Amino acid sequence: MSALRIFLRPADGIRAVGRATLALVGLVGAVAIFAARAGAAPGYAPRPLLEQLLRIGWLSLPVVGLTALFTGAALALQIDAGGQRFQAEDVVPAIVAIGMLRELGPVLGGLMVAARVASSIAAEIGSMRVTEQIDALVTLSTDPMGWLVTPRLWASVLALPLLVGVGDVIGIMGGWLVGTTTLGFTSQAYLANSWAYLESWDVVSGLIKGAVFGAIIALSGCWFGMRASRGAVGVGRATTNAVVAASVGILASNFILTSMFFT
Amino acid sequence: MSAAAPPVIEIRGLAKSFGANKVLDGVDLSVARGESLVVIGGSGSGKSVLLRLVLGLEIPDRGEVVLHGTPADARLRARFMQDFGMLFQSGALFDSLPVWRNVGFRLLREMPAAKARERAIASLSRVGLGPEVADRMPADLSGGMRKRVALARAIATDPAVLFFDEPTAGLDPQRATAISQLIRGIVSQTGATAVTITHDMRSVRTIADRVALLDSGRIRWQGPVQAPAGGLDSDPDPVLRAFVEGRPLDAAP
Ligand SMILES: Nc1ncnc2c1ncn2[C@@H]1O[C@H](COP(=O)(O)OP(=O)(O)O)[C@@H](O)[C@H]1O
Ligand SMILES: [Mg+2]
Repeated sequence: MSALRIFLRPADGIRAVGRATLALVGLVGAVAIFAARAGAAPGYAPRPLLEQLLRIGWLSLPVVGLTALFTGAALALQIDAGGQRFQAEDVVPAIVAIGMLRELGPVLGGLMVAARVASSIAAEIGSMRVTEQIDALVTLSTDPMGWLVTPRLWASVLALPLLVGVGDVIGIMGGWLVGTTTLGFTSQAYLANSWAYLESWDVVSGLIKGAVFGAIIALSGCWFGMRASRGAVGVGRATTNAVVAASVGILASNFILTSMFFT
Repeated sequence: MSAAAPPVIEIRGLAKSFGANKVLDGVDLSVARGESLVVIGGSGSGKSVLLRLVLGLEIPDRGEVVLHGTPADARLRARFMQDFGMLFQSGALFDSLPVWRNVGFRLLREMPAAKARERAIASLSRVGLGPEVADRMPADLSGGMRKRVALARAIATDPAVLFFDEPTAGLDPQRATAISQLIRGIVSQTGATAVTITHDMRSVRTIADRVALLDSGRIRWQGPVQAPAGGLDSDPDPVLRAFVEGRPLDAAP
């Protein structure tokens, strides 16, 4: 109905688009200010940063590793199947490596960490919000941004590239397992072929993506946690919204980064 | 208390709604230095919201809060906050920190950890808790104990201005009396200014120099506890009488 109105009453439609645009710009601005305040908040301390690194980075290793392993393995099968159509099966190792490093390692790793970490940050900060612990911080002259958001943001920005790096290696190993057990590659040939076509930018671009996704994950969790409305329902909603926003944010920014890096 | 000194807190025409729920509708109230004000009122009448507005944790729809003679903005509040102590109705203890780090939260920034811990334990003993609770986590304590830990946190640095939201709720009568006397003692001995919210008429009499009754979004009545005429126990205001005597409010004309 409202779409139809745009044709019947163009002014209304333009106004609606204008309002939506303004709201979007306002939101982007608010998130940017939130991010800047988190990045610049005073009160840096190594201990909370290390705790968060452990929680965000170390504890995400199993899930990121398993995701990469199965993705690399499936990728090898698919590329082999596709490559057969034009007798190009021997490109499997190189394409698995490039695909993992540039896209699948960072994106799937980022999505898995988003599910794990954005949700737990939102739940933790959200329950602090609804039990007035955030307010208590303020009354104790402590900036909640510096105390809660800053360590999570930096830990996530540091941890994600490391996780992506580990995921890259494991993903290539997944391809190698399939390549050597079912596709008829020798171990040496598979690894040599993986290396031969790699450029350092393939690796670095993926790690940069990881850092950006890390920021998106931490900021989504903190943003929705800080804005949780009262009650357990509010915390639940904050958690869901944080995961959805982080996931969409990762996929959208991945597209933007890919088009910046590779076109 | 010099007559020329501005009130520590002056609330002017404060109004706050949440959606259609009009909670405060023009509250005027002031608190002098060294005074102990107790705010009473039915539950849901907006007492906690009033404290949160004074502390800048909520933004008023209308009206202003004047601190030490200056309308409070964020910067001013941040400065005065250094010398405020707040007990939240829910306690608001940090779940992730043991009791002593909660109590010593502010102290930990000012002194070495061992010293802060000592001071935290001293603050706990003022609210009747022994050193054995220092290393427990808030989640492992009973509701009454959590409330007292939160009280110990609020008073740990001997702030000049104290806010207590239902300090005796959830405590047994003896404990409630002890806590009321503690608050009275802090105000009388250190000259601190205190604003306390409570339902408990016994603690009102112990704590208050002056009482304000919040009703229908405004201060309906305020006055001293004891007075030849017109005090808490003698003023004929029907809502006040119903509240003080614990009769149902709708029994008032
Ligand atoms: N953040 C909030 N959002 C929506 N409603 C609120 C909020 N805080 C308080 N209220 C409402 O304001 C009213 C007064 O609450 P409160 O000040 O906590 O009452 P009390 O006098 O018992 O302390 C209640 O109806 C409560 O539901
Ligand atoms: Mg209350």
